[in-house]
Amino acid sequence: MSEILRLEKVSKAFGGIKAVNDVSFGLKEGQIVALIGPNGAGKTTLVNLITGVLPLTEGKVFFAGEEVTRQKAFQAARRGLARTFQIVQPFPEMSVMENVAAGALFGGELGSRREAEAEARRELAFVGLDRLADSPASSLTLPGRKRLELAKSLAMKPKVLLLDEVNAGLNTAEIDGALTLIRKIAERGVTILLIEHLMKVVLSISERILVLHHGELIAEGAPRAVLEDERVVEAYLGAKFAARMRKEGLHV
Amino acid sequence: MMSLIRSGRLGFILLALWVACLAFTPLLDDAYAVRIAISIAMFTAMALSWNFIGGLTGYPSFSTAAFFGIGCYVGAIAQRSGVPLVLAWMLATLFVALFAAALGAIILRLKGHYFAIGSIAIVELTRLVVSSWGGMTGGGDGLNVPLLRGAPTEVASLVLYIMLAIMMTVFVVTLLVEHGRLGFGLRCIHQNEDAADMVGVDTTRYKIAAYTLSALFCGAVGAVYASWVGYIDPTDSFSILLTIKVPVMVLLGGPGTALGPVLGAGAFVLLEEFFWANFLQWNRAILGGIIVFLIFFLPGGLLKISYRRLFRRAVDAQRERKTAT
Repeated sequence: MSEILRLEKVSKAFGGIKAVNDVSFGLKEGQIVALIGPNGAGKTTLVNLITGVLPLTEGKVFFAGEEVTRQKAFQAARRGLARTFQIVQPFPEMSVMENVAAGALFGGELGSRREAEAEARRELAFVGLDRLADSPASSLTLPGRKRLELAKSLAMKPKVLLLDEVNAGLNTAEIDGALTLIRKIAERGVTILLIEHLMKVVLSISERILVLHHGELIAEGAPRAVLEDERVVEAYLGAKFAARMRKEGLHV
Repeated sequence: MMSLIRSGRLGFILLALWVACLAFTPLLDDAYAVRIAISIAMFTAMALSWNFIGGLTGYPSFSTAAFFGIGCYVGAIAQRSGVPLVLAWMLATLFVALFAAALGAIILRLKGHYFAIGSIAIVELTRLVVSSWGGMTGGGDGLNVPLLRGAPTEVASLVLYIMLAIMMTVFVVTLLVEHGRLGFGLRCIHQNEDAADMVGVDTTRYKIAAYTLSALFCGAVGAVYASWVGYIDPTDSFSILLTIKVPVMVLLGGPGTALGPVLGAGAFVLLEEFFWANFLQWNRAILGGIIVFLIFFLPGGLLKISYRRLFRRAVDAQRERKTAT
C-alpha cells in the first residue's frame, strides 16, 4: 500500500503561538486513522492546513505523490481531498439534493447539472437521506446535517476524507449509525482521517491513532500501544480512564 | 430549454408583452413616452447586470455608476478620435469588462459592508480621475459627443431599439447563467462562501466573472447613452444617485431572479416619473418613503408576493360582504 497523504514537518504559527508544530505523518491508502487530542490541541488547524484553508508556516504536504503545500481549498477539493466541518456548513436555502449536487458538480468534476443531480441522489441514498432530498437543508436536524456533510463530501469522489468531529453532538444510537456509515465509506476504498473526541468511536474503528497535544504529535501507532503510552495517558486520557480501557480489553 | 420556459411561462409572456409595449412607444408620436421607454430599457439592462453580483452572488456592489460613466467616456473619446459609432460602443463595452475584471481581482477580497464601501469608492475615484484628466476627458467642462444622424424622433426610436436589444441580451445571459454551472456556483457563494470553497468552487474566479458580467452591459448602456444625449460631464456620468437607484430597483423587484430586476426597474422608473410630474416639491421624499416601506415590508421584492393568496383574500372579502348584506 502506498502513502496517499504525507505531511512533512508541518508547522503553523498564529503570531507567537505555534498551533501546529513540526508534525509529520503519512496515511496509507484505504486506512482509517484517528487523530485525537484535547481541545485546542490543533486538530482542526491541522485539517485546515491539509486542505489549503490556511497557509502553512513551514513544512510540506504531499498528496498522491504530488506536492500540494500551496494549494487552495477548492483545488484540494478537486484533487480528491475532501473534508467535513466540525460546525456543519450547508447551503441553507438550497434543497438537500442541491447541496450534494454542488459537491458532485464542482468537486467531482461532473459535466452537467443532471449528472450531478443523479450522483447526488445516489449519495443521499448511501447516507440514508434520500427521503429528505427535496426539503431545504436548513430544515434538517443535527444528525441529518452531519449526514448531509458526509453525502456532500462523498459526491466529490474523494480519495481522502477528513472527518472533523462528525459525531460531536450525537447521541449513542446516532453514533452507532454514523460508525456503520464510516465503515461503509472505508469499504469504498476511501482513506479516512477521523478527528474525534470520543474514545469509543476511535478505538472501535481506527487502525492507527495519532495523538496531538499542544500542536505536537506526541504518539502514533496501533490503538493499544497508544493507550499505554504514558505521555498520552498524562496529556489526554487520564490514568483512570486508560486503566479501564485496558481492562475492558479494547473491545468497546 | 422547454422545461425552462414552461416553469415560468406566465412571467415570460408578460415580459414579451412588456417589451412589445416599450417597442411600440414610437408609434404614439409622443416624444415623452419614447423617452420614458428608453429610460426603462436602460435601467432594466443595468438592474439585470447588477443582479449578477448583487442578487445571485450576494455581494452588494455600488459600482454601477463607475461602469456606466467609463462606458460614456470611452465611447465618446473613441468616437471623437474617429472610431466608427458601433465599433466605439463595442470598444467601450470591452474596456469596461476588462476594467471590472482587473478591479474585481482586488476588490472582491473584501466582504459585506467593506465590499459595499470599497465599490462606492470606485465611483468617486473614477469620477475624480475623469474630471482631473482634462486633456483627455475635457475635465469639468465635459465632452461633446458626435450626434446620431437623423431627425430627433428617428434618433429616439433608434436609441430605444438599441437599449431594448441590450436589455434582452442581458436577460438571455441571465437565464443562461442562472441555469448553468456558473449560476449554481454563485448561489453556493451567496449562501456560504467557505462551504463553496470546500466543495471545489473556484470562488475568486466565479466572483470575478459575476462582477465582470455586472459591468460590461452597463458600459454598453453608457456608451449608447452618451451618443444619445450628445454631451457628457463627470457629475452626470458618475452619479451616486444612479449607483444607488439600480440596486434599489433590483431589491424592489426581487433579487436573484431573472424577472425581478425587469419588474423592479419598470416599476421604479414609472413611479419616479409619476411623482416627478405630480408632486414637484415632494417627489423625492415620497419616493424615499416608498423605498423604505418596500424594503421593510417586502424584503423579497414584488416578485415574492403570493399574488394568488392576495387574490383569494380579495375574493373571500367580497363574498363575506355579500353574505352580510
